[in-house]
Amino acid sequence: MIQLDHVCKQYGRQAVVDDLTLEVDAGEVLILLGGSGCGKTTTLKMINRLVEPTSGSVSLDGTDTSTIPPHELRRRMGYAFQQVGLFPHMTIAENVAVTPSLLGWAPARIHARTDELLELVELDPAVVRDRRPNELSGGQQQRVGVARALAASPDVLLLDEPFGALDPLTRERLQESFLHVRRELGLTAVFVTHDMAEALLLGDRVAVMHDGRLEQIGAPRDLLNRPGSPYVRELMDTPRRQAAAVSRLSGEQTA
Amino acid sequence: MSEQLALLPEYLTAHLQLTLVALLLSAATALPLGIAATRSRWLEPVALGVAGVIQTVPGLALLALMVPLLAAADLQSIGFLPAICGLTLYGVFPILRNTVTGISGVSPVYKEAARGVGMTPRQQLVRVELPLAMPVIVAGLRTATVWLVGITTLSTPVGATSLGNYIFSGLQIRNYTAVVVGCVAAGGLALILDGLVRAVEDGLVRRRRRQVAAALGIAVLLYGYAGATLAARWSDPERPVVVGSKTFTEQYVLSAVIANLIERETGRRTTLVQSLGSTVAFDALTADEIDIYVDYSGTVWVNHMESGNELPDRAVVTDRVRRFLRDRHGVTLAAMLGFENTYALSVRGADFDRLGLRTISDLAPVAGQFVFGGDYEFFARPEWPSIRDAYGLAFRERRTMDPSLMYQAVATGEVDVISGFGTDGRIDAFGLRVLQDDRRVVPPYDAIVLAGARLARTAPDVVAALARLDGAIDSDRMRAMNFEVDVRGADPAAVAARFVDALVPR
Repeated sequence: MIQLDHVCKQYGRQAVVDDLTLEVDAGEVLILLGGSGCGKTTTLKMINRLVEPTSGSVSLDGTDTSTIPPHELRRRMGYAFQQVGLFPHMTIAENVAVTPSLLGWAPARIHARTDELLELVELDPAVVRDRRPNELSGGQQQRVGVARALAASPDVLLLDEPFGALDPLTRERLQESFLHVRRELGLTAVFVTHDMAEALLLGDRVAVMHDGRLEQIGAPRDLLNRPGSPYVRELMDTPRRQAAAVSRLSGEQTA
Repeated sequence: MSEQLALLPEYLTAHLQLTLVALLLSAATALPLGIAATRSRWLEPVALGVAGVIQTVPGLALLALMVPLLAAADLQSIGFLPAICGLTLYGVFPILRNTVTGISGVSPVYKEAARGVGMTPRQQLVRVELPLAMPVIVAGLRTATVWLVGITTLSTPVGATSLGNYIFSGLQIRNYTAVVVGCVAAGGLALILDGLVRAVEDGLVRRRRRQVAAALGIAVLLYGYAGATLAARWSDPERPVVVGSKTFTEQYVLSAVIANLIERETGRRTTLVQSLGSTVAFDALTADEIDIYVDYSGTVWVNHMESGNELPDRAVVTDRVRRFLRDRHGVTLAAMLGFENTYALSVRGADFDRLGLRTISDLAPVAGQFVFGGDYEFFARPEWPSIRDAYGLAFRERRTMDPSLMYQAVATGEVDVISGFGTDGRIDAFGLRVLQDDRRVVPPYDAIVLAGARLARTAPDVVAALARLDGAIDSDRMRAMNFEVDVRGADPAAVAARFVDALVPR
């Protein structure tokens, strides 16, 4: 469905993404995983042309995206990011409805769709509709951010660490919500994260990036069992190391 | 007080016209320019730089500069147009600066969100950047509004009536009631207009439609009123006779005398354009933007004619001035009033008696002990070096001051000699004595009534009526009338009316 073909992005002489070839299949959730500066966010933004590749091409359903006007492309791709960026001068309902209204939907349809989405992300439309973003908690804002990305029934959802800035419990609840929404809608999504557990939990496939290059791509189980490089092995070991450390700690305390 | 308040509708209306039109033009220039500047790397520093430099020019100078600039472009150089041009330039900066600051201050998070949800660049601007920048932009608009109401008072010297008429003439003739009325009216207007802009902003932020509608409604009414009164003035088929005056008491009295006489003798309407700069008045007459004003033969001789160093006697100067005005500018010398208002070096009566000073030559030996005070114009005029060099005057110190203050300054001993005006009532009032120009260095300054070419063509009856003023005012009479205004605080129009009553019995 989405095809990245030998994509490079350079800022000056610095290659942020280096010769990346990648495919996202319809109906799958692909995780882009890696440390800071590995090029995962840049890769995501090249899919909806927030960043233009220096070379190589990106295509959507076989069409080169550089031939589609950026705003039209983005209306077909929901986008949510860590800072959320809900528009502070608009109500929650207006924020959710922004892409449908750009597409010229009828007001009644927009209204129904807004309520439907707020319910989907487990917010009460009657309560939050007319609130302003600053009246909501961080977790609620993230939910609205995802609802906004989903509003115009996009072909693809692009998510850049959407739950990054939240406390662990809120994050866990939102991850569950995401899985629920995903099952409900059968989404195609590209999801950027640096959190191993999140990647393994939410992804159908995980693409590990390192220094702008694709290190390995595969199902979570494959990566865990057959890491293709020392970097991937180390990365995959982190949850186990952490679990071991935690169990040691609890063992010492009970002893 | 009531005399002053009677002028309020006229001055306030004119002031409102200038401020509102300039504000609209400023905003119409600055908003698109500011938006463009945030989208162009080179335009932002250029636009802000130019607007900032304009802002550093003092308001009075900026407006005065419009006069020669517009004249060079063959446009109306006195009155509404130069005032509007200067004011508009002045209003651009705060709006431009705040538009740029407001838009560039929008967080990149919202800009990314706006792109991410699929807005076109135009939609990003209209739906996200402008609404978020609005409080800052409106703050700029409010600054511009308040500044413009204040700076509009400086339109008076370029010939556009405003609340500044109260202030300029009030300061000159020491009518502080007029000054206060002008300041209070301008301050009140600033508060009202500022409150109106604030009400619109506040209503938008809180989404109070009725409040926005009410505030906008009032703004529309004000613009409607300004527009209608302007249109009425411009479409008036019969332009009133425009009588100009410079910025001192004698000029206010004489312009009122002329206006009064014309209305009585010809039944034509008149209007006064007061407090014009000295050369502005002459340029305004030759451009037919005023019809009549009083000048002095020596001023024309020194400022406008290539007269060289020779100084013929009084009658010859007047005759040459008359021919020069007629041949070069089509201006008619309609009357010689009958007095001279020359630069009169004046000293305290005590020094006059104690040192036996009678002439400027007597002053030369003691000049080293004296401080000399003169107005802004005097030291820039050719007379000053002529007098200084001809008599060898070397004063201890030289001070520049407002003409309305120098009489008091010499009387109280702040300075010892001043470049007074021969007909000023305060020479007598403060017990000053005038020194004779025994070497005849200063040209004769006979007061002459000048009528513009258009007036002579379209209203010969007015020019004929002006002839009644020929020889009608001698030095004593002029000094007495100036004394009435300057020292007794009388209204120039009332003094003028009494004079015309006596001249032309009803």
